[in-house]
Amino acid sequence: MLKEIRPAVVSFLLLTLLTGIAYPLLVTGISQATMSAKANGSLIVKDGKPVGSSLIGQSFSDPKYFWGRPSATGPVANNAAASSGSNLGPTNPALLDAVKGRVQALRDADPGNTQPVPVDLVTASASGLDPHISPAAAEYQLARVARLRGLMPEAIHKLVAEHTEGRQFGILGEPRVNVLELNLALDAAR
Amino acid sequence: MINGLLQIALYLGVLLALAKPMGAYMLRVYEGKLPAVVRWLAPAENLFYRLCGVDSKQEMRWTRYALAALWFSLLGVLVVYGLQRLQDLLPLNPQGFGAVTPDSSFNTALSFVTNTNWQGYVGETTMSYLTQMAGLAVQNFFSAATGMAVAIALIRGFARHTSETIGSFWVDMTRSTLYVLLPISTVLALVLVSQGVVQNFSAYEKATLTESVSYDQPKLDDSGNQVKDAAGNAVIEKVVVTEQTIAMGPVASQEAIKQLGTNGGGFFNANSAHPFENPTPFANFLAMLAIFIIPAGLCYTFGRMVGDTRQGWAILASMTILFVGFLAVAEYAEQQGNPAFTALGVDQNVSATQSGGNMEGKETRFGIVNSALFATITTAASCGAVNSMHDSFTPLGGLVPLAQIQLGEVVFGGVGSGLYGMLVYAVIAVFLAGLMIGRTPEYLGKKIEAFDIKMASLIILLPPLIILGGTALAVMLDVGRSSIYNPGAHGFSEVLYAFSSAVGNNGSAFAGISANTPFYNTALGFSVWAGRFWLIIPVLALAGSLAAKKRIPASVGSMGTHTPLFVWLLIGTVLLVGALTFVPALALGPVIEHLNMTSVH
Repeated sequence: MLKEIRPAVVSFLLLTLLTGIAYPLLVTGISQATMSAKANGSLIVKDGKPVGSSLIGQSFSDPKYFWGRPSATGPVANNAAASSGSNLGPTNPALLDAVKGRVQALRDADPGNTQPVPVDLVTASASGLDPHISPAAAEYQLARVARLRGLMPEAIHKLVAEHTEGRQFGILGEPRVNVLELNLALDAAR
Repeated sequence: MINGLLQIALYLGVLLALAKPMGAYMLRVYEGKLPAVVRWLAPAENLFYRLCGVDSKQEMRWTRYALAALWFSLLGVLVVYGLQRLQDLLPLNPQGFGAVTPDSSFNTALSFVTNTNWQGYVGETTMSYLTQMAGLAVQNFFSAATGMAVAIALIRGFARHTSETIGSFWVDMTRSTLYVLLPISTVLALVLVSQGVVQNFSAYEKATLTESVSYDQPKLDDSGNQVKDAAGNAVIEKVVVTEQTIAMGPVASQEAIKQLGTNGGGFFNANSAHPFENPTPFANFLAMLAIFIIPAGLCYTFGRMVGDTRQGWAILASMTILFVGFLAVAEYAEQQGNPAFTALGVDQNVSATQSGGNMEGKETRFGIVNSALFATITTAASCGAVNSMHDSFTPLGGLVPLAQIQLGEVVFGGVGSGLYGMLVYAVIAVFLAGLMIGRTPEYLGKKIEAFDIKMASLIILLPPLIILGGTALAVMLDVGRSSIYNPGAHGFSEVLYAFSSAVGNNGSAFAGISANTPFYNTALGFSVWAGRFWLIIPVLALAGSLAAKKRIPASVGSMGTHTPLFVWLLIGTVLLVGALTFVPALALGPVIEHLNMTSVH
């Protein structure tokens, strides 16, 4: 009964040092030495100060910017210190109200655009921090952004294309547009 | 559509191609014939045994094996509990988090030690870096190694004859950690960093927002009370936020073992949906591969150890067929989307520029294909990591994870636990076949007798008892019902999912439920423990009983357990036992919700 206590205690201690201290330190050391930008959050730096991460979404509600995925984090959307999805079930009336409100907000920002709204633009992401929208969602907003910025749609189209990633290795995942990077590029183009 | 099928085919192709080399590698590890890549570690292993006072040649009877596993796990509970309760006094806590509450610490400790990784807490606002890496991540290694050891012990039960012992827990656990989990995790963690997973000990980063955001909150006076206006209404103030605080941490090292050990406990609340845990489709692909690679490989290890690889392939074939069936339902249901959205002017059709489908609670980079695939994998295994929010799945899409957990996660399953669960079903299957033809059942040359069937029955019957009993209790009590988030049948599914996930040691959730309450922390804490050790002990008893038996040579009357016929018998047994047990409960949850959703619109 008690014969196994010494091996339990000693192996627990030694293996904790190995897997709980040495292993994460080794991975940190190698990562920081060889891939520090990625290991530190893929930050976007402007004028020496971080303005976001290329992997973390930010909120945009000004119609002259491209809008990203709705976010269910609290107390503000895209709170990168407390990630969360909405967890609303498919038949929850609150979900339908939320989607209805988002469709309306998009329509109000761009009167006259009667195309169906791409689904990712009106549904909350899983993390609340999704940095991407689908190319369809960017296309939907393109004319609005061009008009409000007084730019030719072709110019915006070119910027969108530059910030669109295809499937990884041509096969994995989904094509997507990085919203923060695109909006920063829009501001820089002005 | 075509691309989706290609991605799934690529995943299954790579997985099945790796099963044999992985299984052969593990065979050599457990038989002590170390492969060259890790042979240089052998002196360290021997030194380790000397320090622990373990004679690596001395094998154990099943009772001692179980006791060793229990002591090792109990110690884990104490340490993980202590780390959480004392984290405010310990280093590596740059955000200055306070001690975790006693009930949440209790739940989390049990949950991580049992390979469940159910999380009632929000990682990035609760746990210090030290708690994450030296408490939670360590249990990711230990609980996985324990599961693998138990599976190997059960295989020895079949492989040996007239033997008193089934191996040494200390040797099996140590080798699992040292030669399988640690090297693969190290490589995987570094590849994940190359994809953008963070790995640092910095305080949370602050970034200046391009467009500030604001929210309303009740105004508080200096003593923290709400300020009321003349009419007695709370005064609302507007808070303008100009900075984004971005959570950091040693994530990649934890992420690797979280998947490889089928643990599933996220560093962050959003788990593998968080861009810092799972930034790219390739990272996602590797995560899914890591979840299934050991369970798939162990099938081959099993075949080799019992001296007939066809036996292992038969098990793997059963698992793969079940998996593809469940996956098809999940993919189809999620791609159909939500009929209510279409009426609102929303485009849910798949096209070259969008994945379409039910995108609530899903990430753009994963779309429908990789979200439904991940959900099916994580619940086929006892992983429980999520890259999309299962609570927001369509009713049938959400039924798939729920049902797979309830079948006992034997479709690939957790590291070790999947194989030992499936082998128990195989014992039940030969028993059923034996009843049909009036012959004493045999499996792998071992007569399956009353004691063995009793142990197998315990393993099959205990989980439903706790899942259904716990769910019934929770929905009868106010403290159980008040945590439900979504109304109607879906709310019932949330509770059913919580108990299924806890007992199945899965850890995923219909996460709308507020489970960080004393009631759920306690009830689910008990459930994870029972779901782990009330099964491990009968599994080891079965191993001991089998190992002691004589081997009887196959005769013309023996049923082949490597044939397609047996594969279908095994699949039928799994589905039949599961259906008989859980269909009524599933009818009250996802099935009603599906009928509601499709009939209203």
